[in-house]
Amino acid sequence: MATEAPTMRRTPLFDKHAELGAKMVAFAGYEMPIQYEGIVAEHREVRGQAGLFDLSHMGEFFFKGRGAGATIDRLVSSDIAGLAVGQARYGLLTNERATIVDDVIVYRISDGEYMMVVNAANIAKDRAHVLAHLDQDVAFDDRSYTTSLVAIQGPRAAEILDSQVGSSVQDLPSFGVARRHILGHPDRHLVVNATVARTGYTGEDGFEVFVANADAARVWDALLAAGAEHGIKPIGLGARDTLRLEARFSLYGNDIDETTDPIEAGLGWTCKLDKEFTGRDVIAAKKAEGPKRKIAGLVVEGGVARHGHEVTQNGQVVGHVTSGTYGPTVEKNIALAYVPTPLSKVGTALGVRIRGKDVPATVVKTPFYRRPE
Amino acid sequence: MSTVPDDLKYSKEHEWVRADGDVATIGITHFAQEQLGDVVFVELPEKGATVRQFSSLGVVESVKAASDIYAPISGEVVERNMKVIEKPELVNSVPYGDGWLIKVRLADKGELTQLLSSADYRSHIGETAGAGGD
Repeated sequence: MATEAPTMRRTPLFDKHAELGAKMVAFAGYEMPIQYEGIVAEHREVRGQAGLFDLSHMGEFFFKGRGAGATIDRLVSSDIAGLAVGQARYGLLTNERATIVDDVIVYRISDGEYMMVVNAANIAKDRAHVLAHLDQDVAFDDRSYTTSLVAIQGPRAAEILDSQVGSSVQDLPSFGVARRHILGHPDRHLVVNATVARTGYTGEDGFEVFVANADAARVWDALLAAGAEHGIKPIGLGARDTLRLEARFSLYGNDIDETTDPIEAGLGWTCKLDKEFTGRDVIAAKKAEGPKRKIAGLVVEGGVARHGHEVTQNGQVVGHVTSGTYGPTVEKNIALAYVPTPLSKVGTALGVRIRGKDVPATVVKTPFYRRPE
Repeated sequence: MSTVPDDLKYSKEHEWVRADGDVATIGITHFAQEQLGDVVFVELPEKGATVRQFSSLGVVESVKAASDIYAPISGEVVERNMKVIEKPELVNSVPYGDGWLIKVRLADKGELTQLLSSADYRSHIGETAGAGGD
């Protein structure tokens, strides 16, 4: 154990997590909070009020220059060329084999400046992939280790964040991004430059606030203090996973990776096939012929399905679970699994092999949870 | 509620036993439920099944992981707690009360001597004597 410690990174909020009594785990090379008071309670706090997440382990790449948009447009499956200033879009970094290098969000911050947020475990790989495809007139800057990310998510998130910024964030649309000053409440004791985006990974309304490492603790404290009267709580990676799975967001390394293609992963909607991007032709062909297997949502009865569990039909193994948990809001055991396309139809009766027993599972419509309008 | 009640016997794997005549009630400790986190599923042996001391008797699953439960003593299952199957969170909220798992008819009362006292269990989990109350 002790021999692993020197290579572990800590976010600028590490001491905050310790003060809050978080249980820490190793994740993507970082010591991260998995939970504070408990996964189920934290999950419900985000759905009911608001939660604050330290996501400083995530990677942030910056692209500057006239060719920045065009370069990213060729790297990412979705329509980046069509992004207006102040807009963000989800998409996939794909390779020539049309499998998934990473899933990312690209933010057009100003006319010639874009930010790409990548998964922490993929920072080095993505950087190499991007640099191999970069145009000469584009300046690339990996600020993953100097940028912190604090996410505030939940129905009260907008109200809380709004009390802390210089000009309102209430009118920022979903997937909008803007620069704001975090001023602190109630005495405006701060002036922190932040990039604020109405994005998240929970299925709730919410924001992601990008700041310099040196400012992270003050922003964290300001948001926790301002949110206290609204019931805000710090939320660990455990609840982040149950929240995202209920909302059916893919988790890189579990549901998608370099052995899965966007069509079978249910991410065909992120692929703009009438433009050029890496792997585009292979993806178009796969789409035309139809995928052999597809990711399906399952409700499992009699156990919790986990990553790697086999999916069965009449005792035969037909696929495998990529993500599974108990969903605290839907109050069911839910899972995502790759199964042959004909078995991915809603209502199909399958099994999940848990401790040698095939327990009943039914294919259901996803997302498992959709927030009330 | 004490986190390590004095009137119980304990296993190193964090199960507790309350012996009452021929019948013993088995559950997992406060320490164990805290380590597991939110319990969301419990798998228990049927009535009539036999459990063997220090062998797996069932499984509790938390949001994050599945963990084996080991029988602290041998015997025939005379009752399993249907309430905890319906509401697994009882394991977290009342581990020594309604969160019990099974009752067994003791096969060999002598086995009880192989278990830890509350004081021994406290030191096993690194708690100093008397510091367990909450």
